[in-house]
This record gives sequence, C-alpha cells and structure tokens, in this order.
Amino acid sequence: MAALTIRDVYKRFHSVEVLKGIDLEMDSGDFTVLVGPSGCGKSTLLNIIAGLERQSSGNIEIGGRIVDNIAPRDRDIAMVFQSYALYPSMTVRQNITFGMECRNVPRVQRDEAVGRVAKLLQIEALLDRKPGQLSGGQRQRVAMGRALVRDPLLFLFDEPLSNLDAQLRAEMRIEIKLLHQRLGSTIVYVTHDQIEAMTLATRIAVMRQGVVQQFADPETVYNRPANLFVARFMGAPPMNTLAARLEATRGRTVAVIGYGEAAIRFPVPPEAEGWNGRDVVLGIRPECIAEPTRHFSDLPGAVTTIVASVEMVEPTGAETIVVLRLGDERALGRVSPDVRHRLSETAQFAVDTRKISLFDPASGDRIT
Amino acid sequence: MRDTSFAPGRILIYLIVSLIAAAYLVPIIVVVLNSLRTSEEIAQTSMIGWPQRWAWSNYGIAWADFCVAQTCAGIRPYMLNSALVTIPATIISTLLGAVAGYAVSLWRFPGDRWIYGIVTLGLFLPQQMRLLPWTIVLRDVGLINTLSGLVMIHTIQGLSFTTLFCRNYYVAIPQELIRAARVDGAGFYRIFWRIVLPLSPPILIVTVIWQFTHIWNEFLYGVTFTTGQQQPVTAALIALTAAVADIPQYGVQSAAVMIAALPTLLVYVFGGRYFVRGLTAGAVK
Amino acid sequence: MTHAVPAAVQLSRQGTLSALRRLPEYLTIWVPLLLSAGHLVSFALWTIWVSFTPSTLLPVSGWVGLRNYTSVMATRNWTIAFDNLLLFGSGFVLLSLLIGLVLAILLDQRIRGENVLRSIFLYPMAVSFVVTGTVWSWLLNPGLGIQKLVNGLGWTAFRFDWLIDRDMAIWTIVIAAVWQSSGFAMALFLAGLRSVDADLVKAAQIDGAGPIRLYRRVILPTLWPITVTVVVIQLQFAITTFDLVRALTGGGPGIATLLPALVVYDFMFQRGLLARGAAAAVLMLLTLLAVLLPYAAWQYAQRRKAARA
Repeated sequence: MAALTIRDVYKRFHSVEVLKGIDLEMDSGDFTVLVGPSGCGKSTLLNIIAGLERQSSGNIEIGGRIVDNIAPRDRDIAMVFQSYALYPSMTVRQNITFGMECRNVPRVQRDEAVGRVAKLLQIEALLDRKPGQLSGGQRQRVAMGRALVRDPLLFLFDEPLSNLDAQLRAEMRIEIKLLHQRLGSTIVYVTHDQIEAMTLATRIAVMRQGVVQQFADPETVYNRPANLFVARFMGAPPMNTLAARLEATRGRTVAVIGYGEAAIRFPVPPEAEGWNGRDVVLGIRPECIAEPTRHFSDLPGAVTTIVASVEMVEPTGAETIVVLRLGDERALGRVSPDVRHRLSETAQFAVDTRKISLFDPASGDRIT
Repeated sequence: MRDTSFAPGRILIYLIVSLIAAAYLVPIIVVVLNSLRTSEEIAQTSMIGWPQRWAWSNYGIAWADFCVAQTCAGIRPYMLNSALVTIPATIISTLLGAVAGYAVSLWRFPGDRWIYGIVTLGLFLPQQMRLLPWTIVLRDVGLINTLSGLVMIHTIQGLSFTTLFCRNYYVAIPQELIRAARVDGAGFYRIFWRIVLPLSPPILIVTVIWQFTHIWNEFLYGVTFTTGQQQPVTAALIALTAAVADIPQYGVQSAAVMIAALPTLLVYVFGGRYFVRGLTAGAVK
Repeated sequence: MTHAVPAAVQLSRQGTLSALRRLPEYLTIWVPLLLSAGHLVSFALWTIWVSFTPSTLLPVSGWVGLRNYTSVMATRNWTIAFDNLLLFGSGFVLLSLLIGLVLAILLDQRIRGENVLRSIFLYPMAVSFVVTGTVWSWLLNPGLGIQKLVNGLGWTAFRFDWLIDRDMAIWTIVIAAVWQSSGFAMALFLAGLRSVDADLVKAAQIDGAGPIRLYRRVILPTLWPITVTVVVIQLQFAITTFDLVRALTGGGPGIATLLPALVVYDFMFQRGLLARGAAAAVLMLLTLLAVLLPYAAWQYAQRRKAARA
C-alpha cells in the first residue's frame, strides 16, 4: 500500500499557479527527496502534505486515507523545519514531548519516549536546557528528536540541514541516512541541494516551476535525466550540454560536434536513429571526459578518444577540472591531478560514450 | 564613532547639555520644594525657593484633609478612583489586545487585514469625535458617572494601541514555530498559552506601562463623564487648583500635584526602558 | 480506493464538527476586534451625522446641510482657536524639533551620563498634561513664579507676564508643551542617529569631512524620514491639545488661548449645542486628516520605493 499518494494537486495564490498538477506516489519505507531551485513549489507541496496549507484542487492520501479535510495534528505526520522551530520558552524535553502533551499521552509514556529518542540521537545531556543554549547542530538534533518521538506514518523534512555549516551538514546527512536505514521510516525531504538529494534519497522528484520534471531513483535521475533542466540541475559541476547533429556514418548513428576537420564524432545508441540528420543537444557528464590513460570500459566502442584544446585548468586537489574547447562549445572534463596540462595546448582525452544523453533542442526532452 | 579628540568642544557640549537638563528639572524641583514649604512662605517670596521651615504636613493635608469642591477628604478618594479605573482597564485591554494581536499576526482569517486596519485607525481618531457617542452609550447602559463606565471606555479605546503593539511584536515570531506546533497537535489557545505568551513578557510590559500612563494621565473623559466624588485625580486636580484661587495654599497644592504625578513617575523610573520603547513603537506605526 | 469513500464521509462530518468546536476561537478573535473597529466606525459616522442635524441639547434627526459648519466657523471662538492652533502648532513643532535635534546630536557625542541625561529629557512625557499645565501656571504666574523670583532678587523692572498677556499667552502653552515633548523628539532622533551606518561615517571621515560637514552632509540627510514622523506626531498632538490649556490658562486670559478642542467641549457640554460641537469636532478631524493623509501617502510611496529597490 502506498504510504503517500499525491493526486493531481494544484495550488494557486491569487492568480499565480505554484503547483501545476503534481502526481506522486511513495511506498512505505521510501526516502523521497523533493529537489529543485527556490520557488519551484517544493516547500509548498510539503506544507500541503502536512496540512499547513490547503491545495486548490487534487487529493492527498496518507496511509490509504484521504486527508484533505484533516487537520495537521490528525494526519499522523511529524515534521522537521528549516529553522528547527524549537519552542524557545520550553526545555528540550518539553519541546520533544509537546506533541504528546497535546494528545494527552500519560507522563510515564512521555518520559519513556523521550528517553528512547534522546538515546538514539545522543542528546540525553541536553534535555533540561532551553533551545537558546544549544548550538546549531544540537538544535538540529532536537528538532529531529521532536519528530522521531512521534513514530508517525510519514516524516516531513523541510530543508533541515540548510542552516548548518558545511562540515556539520555532511555529518548530519550521514546520520539521517543511518536513521532511515535503521528505522525504515517513510520520509519526504525537501532540499535545494542536489548533493543531499543524491546521497539521501531512494527516490528523487526534481521540480521546476510547479511541475515534477522527473521522479525516479537517484541513479536514473543522474545518468538518464528526463530533460535538459534535470541534466543541468543535478550534478556539480553540471552535465556538459553541447549542440550536436546526428549523422549516419557507415551504417551507424553518430553525434557530430563542430564542422569539417575539427569535427568530433561520438557513437550514440541506435535508438536515436530516427533523429539522423537533425540537430540535438548532447549531454555528457564531466567525469566521462578524462585523460587518455583512464580505463572506463573494455567494451568495444565504449570509449572514444578525442583531441581538444585546453582553455583553463582548475585544480581542486582530488582531481583537476579542465575546460576544453569542442568545436564552438566549451566542455568540462575531470582528469587525474597527476596530469598537468598547459593552457592552450592540444591534448588527447578519453570519453566514456556509454553515458551520453541526447535531448531534443526544441523541447529539451530526452531522446534516448 | 564621532570625533572625540576636541577637548574644548567637549567641555562646551557638557555645559550645554547640563544647562538644558537643569532647565528640564526646574519644574519638578520647584514642585518638590514647594510641597515642603508653608503657604505663607511661598506667598511672601515666590514659587521658587528653598524651604526655610520644612512643612512635611503638606503631604498629610493634601492626601486626606484638603477640600476639593465642598468635600474635605484630600485627594485620596480621587487617587483611589484613578487606581480603580486604571488598573482594571490596563489589565483587560492588554489581555484582549494580546489575543487580538496574536490572532491578526499569526493566523489568517477572512477579513483579518480589514479589521486590523480599522482598529489601528483608533490611533488617529480624536477623542472629540467619540465624546457624544460615549455619552449616549454610557447613559443607555447606565454607567454615566461611574468608574465602570471609564473602565469600559479606556478598555475599548485602548484596544487600538494594545492590539497594534502586540501584533507588531508577534509578527516577528517565525511562522515555522506556529506550523511546528500545529503539526504537534496544538490549537489556537494552546499555541497562545504555551508558545506565544511565554515569549510575550517584553511586549506585555511595554503595553501595560503605556496603558497605565495613558489612562492614569487621561483627563477629558474623566472630566466629561464623572462629577464630584467619582472623578479621577486629573480632573480633581483642576478642581483643586480652581477651588483655592481665593485662599492660595500652594504648599499643599504642590504636595497634591506630586502625589498625583507619583504613580506614573514611579513607573517611568522603574520601567523607563519599556516606557521609551512604547513611545517609539507608538510612533513608528 | 475502497478506503476513500468512508473516509470522505467521515471527513464532512468532522468538518462541521470542527467548525462548531472552533466557535470559541472565532468569538475570541472577533469580539475584541469588532468592539474596537465597531465603536470607531459607528462613533465617527454618528458624530458626522449629528453635525448635519439641528440637534441642540439632545440629538435629533433632520438635515440642516452645512449650517452648523458655517455658524461654527463664523464664531469668534473658533476663529481665535484656529489662529491659535496655527501659532501654537508651528511654534511648538518647530521648537521641539529644534531642541530635540540639538539634544540628540549632543547626546550622540558619546558623552558620560548619557542614560541619566536621556531620562531627564524624557521624564516630562510620563507626567500628565494636567500636572504640567498646573506647574507651569505657577512658574509663569508673574505674581508667583519666575518674574517674582527675579524681582525679589533685585531686578524689579523684570517682566515675564505672558500668562496674563492676551497677545503672548499662547506662547506659555508652547513653552509647557515643548518642555513636555521635546524629549520625545530627542528619543526618536537619537534612535535615528544611532542607526546611521557606521561605515558611512567612516567613509566620510576618510573623505576628509569635519564634524560639522559630517553632520550637515552625511548624517542629517538620513534623518529626514524621522523628522517627518516627528512633525506629524507633534502636529497630531497639537491639533488635539485640550488638557494642557485647561490646566495652564483655562483658555484665558479671556478667550486668548482657546484651541479647537476647547471650543468643541464648550459647544457640546457647556452651551448644549451638540450639532455645533459635532461640527467643530469634524472640523478638527479634517484638520488632522490634512496632516495625516499626505503623511500616509508619503509613507506608502516610501514603502513602494523600498519594495522596488
């Protein structure tokens, strides 16, 4: 049974449509991340799931029950907020038990639950402090504790890590993932950070301007983006998207970038045959372009070697990003830090062509 | 931050500031000193002078014996009247304003903007526009010349200020806090009681001080809607100074003025910070 | 899907139930707000209505057009009161602005005892106008106050008798009002000075601006929105002044220090001419609106500008 079903949900503020027909279904135990740039409607969607805002049309179903007219308190959900939203006048313990207090849960049960969650999150020592006395990371844990103590059908996370510094964020990311694996809870998680989406999710919904662009597992979203927006949004540095045209050469379909002598040819999957002779956008991840000694695959035809001039070099330590000129376009590659290119020199690069994506330049949709 | 090196300039600054400060203090010093001088002494010299003989009895007379308009009970009954009007009206208007401010700042309900906009117009509508209607309302509910009538007026009129103060304070409370509480299962009252009210002491103090000073110092309604023994102390003071025009008793009158001003002065001394915050909050509407 | 139908039915029942359960909430929200808004609107409209009726001792219906207005404006009391208002308003506002600004600038020089000084300049705000008026009526009384003191000190020709001088009496009200509320102007100006960007001041100092140029060219220009606010608040106070005059001069000598609020009171409660009193009150309101409406428009424009920036 689906833990959460979102059916054709629209949301309008006055004349502005913020959500334009969202359909999503999540199974029990799924960790679904809603990701997209700010203003894409992901937080509004989360608030609608929580019942904090009302959709203009469509239905929300939690645990098989339509909850459209049910108040947040009765939806069997728990939520972690971006600002943590800890009640400033209450102690950590009171913050965590406030929900049970509202539901008249007996004190013994409350204490037991607090003990369990505090242990799980290692905040036992903080229970009698006020939120004002906690560090950012500790507040974040308390906010999680407030949600975890409830054991609801559905957890909602609204950018819970965006107020932490980079190091703490990485730690908490791991911790959230461990918690999910341990508890097997169903989570809907909103973020604008595509790394969080990739690392945490079992399913990612990429949103843009109130429309779900792609809803799939992280690997699919990363390797087979449904359109140019997803291709460019997920991954850092983003996928190279280059103007190309498909041609049939010796019975095979190839994508050609540039003209004449300088033209570069990549083999593409035969399914793209129908686009022969037409312009396309070719997408290739920077990590698929590397120094010629890189071993991508043994499969025949999987790797193509190209020659390109190096326009710029950005060493990051673990690897070096190179900016290449391919025809009239620029593309990024990721080479080993041991390779030292000089600017403007022409060099050889290995390209893993198995992961090439092709897009329709008019609609931006994926071709293969 | 500013230039601090110019020594003669700084002496000049201190000189000017001290002179102005002295000028501001003259009235209160004069009244305090006069309240301790005998009336003969004042009549012989002037209002401004050092007591030759300390007349502490002025305060006793002003408090309990002095005659105001045919009754000789000092200003004690009028002080009591003022207290009986000011304290309930302050408390009720502050509480109602806190709830109303909470509702308009943290909840959306149909017509919220409109009703709040109209309520704040109360900051500007002069009392003269309300005098006649209040007369009729008081007459119809049988509260003319009663302290309860004044309590009612000050409570309802005070709502404009108390609602505005609390609303402006509560809008700074993050919406996420309210959302978290709703997900936790708290409703309108519980959120107010457990989350908003514990955050409110600063604004409640500002509001209480503002209401207290304003209602205590109010004169027009007091003089219009009450007479004789029912008057608040501001109205009685006028009667007092008018009544003794024939036989001046400036020492006792000064003592009466001091007593009448004391409650708000004390509030100012002990809650000055909050008093000033109220003034500036009322200014930046 | 089979769950959906019973769930939905239960919902609609829960819907009406929850609406009923929320009735106390709606009452708590609406009763105080409606009391406040209701009395404001109905009282204002009622007073405006009365001003167009022939009411005298009691409100009666009927329509006399603008007759009450024309007769109020034709009375000597009103013309004197309005002239006084112009004098008092401009004198009081200008003086308290000037003193408030000077005090604020002086206090902003990081001087010792700033808190004490600020408290001294502001304490009159905590005192009622009745007390202020009474005390100043003593101080300004030539036979009792400052003049008597100076005369007693030997300068027998000294005269400071504005309180009993028909032409100058209005200025005694200005003195008392300035004493009472220039501290308020100071507080607002000081807050404004303190919120001037410190980097702005540093930049000007590096540009070589001396203290006077610094204030005149850099700091004071940032204060003018506050100045407008102060002017409007002080004007609002000036237009509705009542207690102070009652306690200080009682409107005298003669009727030399009448102000509109006193005229309204006189019509309503001493002469029993309700309609004329109401008309005078409406005229007060219009005067107030002449100040407040441009201010509101200005604020609206400022906010729009800020939103666009």
